[in-house]
Amino acid sequence: MIIAVASGKGGTGKTTIAVNLALALERASDLPVQVVDGDVEAPNAHLFLAPHIEETQDVGIQIPVVDEEKCTYCGVCAEVCQYHAIAVLGEKVLVFPELCHGCGSCTANCPEHAISETPRVMGTLSRGRAGKISFASGELNVGEAMAVPVIRQLKKWIQPEGVVIIDAPPGASCPMVEAVRTADFLLLVTEPTPFGFHDLKSAVEVAREVEIPFGVIINRADIGTEEVAEFCKKENIPLLMEIPLDRRIAEAYSRGVPMVDVLPEYREKFLALYRSIQEALA
Amino acid sequence: MTTPMKQIVLLSGKGGTGKTSLAAAFADLAKNKVLADVDVDASNLDLTLSPKRLEEHRFMGGQIAVIDHEECISCNVCEEVCRFEAISHDDDGKYLVDEIACDGCKACVYACPVNAIHMEEQHAGYWYRSETPYGILLHAHLLPAQENSGRLVTLVKQEARLYALDNDLDYLIVDGPPGIGCPVISAVSGADLAVLVVEPTVAGTHDLQRVLETTEHFRVPAAVVVNKADINPEKTAEIRAFCEERDIPLAGEIPFDTIVTEAMVRGIPVTRYAPDSRVSKAMRKIWARVQDIARREPEAA
Repeated sequence: MIIAVASGKGGTGKTTIAVNLALALERASDLPVQVVDGDVEAPNAHLFLAPHIEETQDVGIQIPVVDEEKCTYCGVCAEVCQYHAIAVLGEKVLVFPELCHGCGSCTANCPEHAISETPRVMGTLSRGRAGKISFASGELNVGEAMAVPVIRQLKKWIQPEGVVIIDAPPGASCPMVEAVRTADFLLLVTEPTPFGFHDLKSAVEVAREVEIPFGVIINRADIGTEEVAEFCKKENIPLLMEIPLDRRIAEAYSRGVPMVDVLPEYREKFLALYRSIQEALA
Repeated sequence: MTTPMKQIVLLSGKGGTGKTSLAAAFADLAKNKVLADVDVDASNLDLTLSPKRLEEHRFMGGQIAVIDHEECISCNVCEEVCRFEAISHDDDGKYLVDEIACDGCKACVYACPVNAIHMEEQHAGYWYRSETPYGILLHAHLLPAQENSGRLVTLVKQEARLYALDNDLDYLIVDGPPGIGCPVISAVSGADLAVLVVEPTVAGTHDLQRVLETTEHFRVPAAVVVNKADINPEKTAEIRAFCEERDIPLAGEIPFDTIVTEAMVRGIPVTRYAPDSRVSKAMRKIWARVQDIARREPEAA
């Protein structure tokens, strides 16, 4: 089962939920558990799990290389490119790697077969273990614009036989959608504040569009208003867990200590969360 | 002679560190400014500024492929050529485009032997010009699951910039998105100063370094604000030492106080809602310091 932990607003506690759910399951069962950190722009799960990394891999896209011996400067490559990543100026072909999406159109359409491809690294994937938990994460290189190709490649490392927990990027646009779209269930984490509520509604729209069952977790449940809980009730969205604002949780988080280690009573609460996901999918 | 307009962008790497609450305070404190919210897939600044919409515009995003089933001969060429795994077929040989996965590259259009595929532009969102008690606000809403290429970010910022220049304003204050990818790169470009809002946590400092490397990569000067500084005094001290070592000005520290949430619930910048609170005092100092840093002459190289 693949569970993706997402939220519209950043900083609502996605990583906390992902990590602690994984730790609770690891300790209570023999299920293989995998944590996949898909927030490749700001990956943080490793800070709480301290995995031993066994393998890293550069990832990116294939970009064109033009063989000027064969090129007739006909301009077809520039014409087919939707990203303005290749231009023909007189007897010169210019490739702009940072604009290229790696779609292969120029390669396929060059009448002289003058284009081959070479990898362009945009980020790194890492995998290893944290205790019994299998861990995989992606990291977008600084200065790179496109997170989606890194997330797409990272997903190839998913081991779906056990429980996979994906820590998704914030927002409701392409990186978040890419991270969650193949999940079986979405956990949408929010705060009961106007910002949290506004962004939860965007995340709910995404969940409905990708047609994946989902439930809501309210973090710092006592800080704001009742709006979120009322919305869930009205929209028939299961409210799966509420975590109060607790200075002990915030302090442990700030030091990189998982909350199930500080407040052991949460182990049972995370196991109950897992059971309610199972029930929702049954 | 008038002072040149300064463009200040709030960023954080990690989400939820308090960018928007601080941006709302800047909106309240700054004189002669225009505001832009470019966190277009989680735009929240308008929720604290009671905006009245003056203009609404549709934003058209990228194109996606559409297959004409009358013409399609189910040859599978499109599915093979697509590198975004956006085309699949069902048991009856009906070919379908996954609108979310489609990158708009048109490779399938060129490859289709019977010209059964064409492209259609997508309505990706809206952008607005609004009036608020704190000045003009340019903001946007990207429809859920749309591609955030940075184009909408650039557009909103551009509109705000033009407004600032036309009206001889001193500041363009940009509430930025989290992360370090396309929307952040678009938000940071052309800025005079990036204010990086960080919380004193392991994750906060980790992401601060990544966003700082990003601003350095694009040669935009940065200043750091530590939010909820008293949650973990040791980490706050680490951030101070880090800034000193890297020669990054620390614009200030904000204490943890639930008054910030209270102000957000009321939809008012905290500096207006509770001007005498410790948080508001800290934010006023920060705004004064940010202006100094932004107006400081660049040091000779």
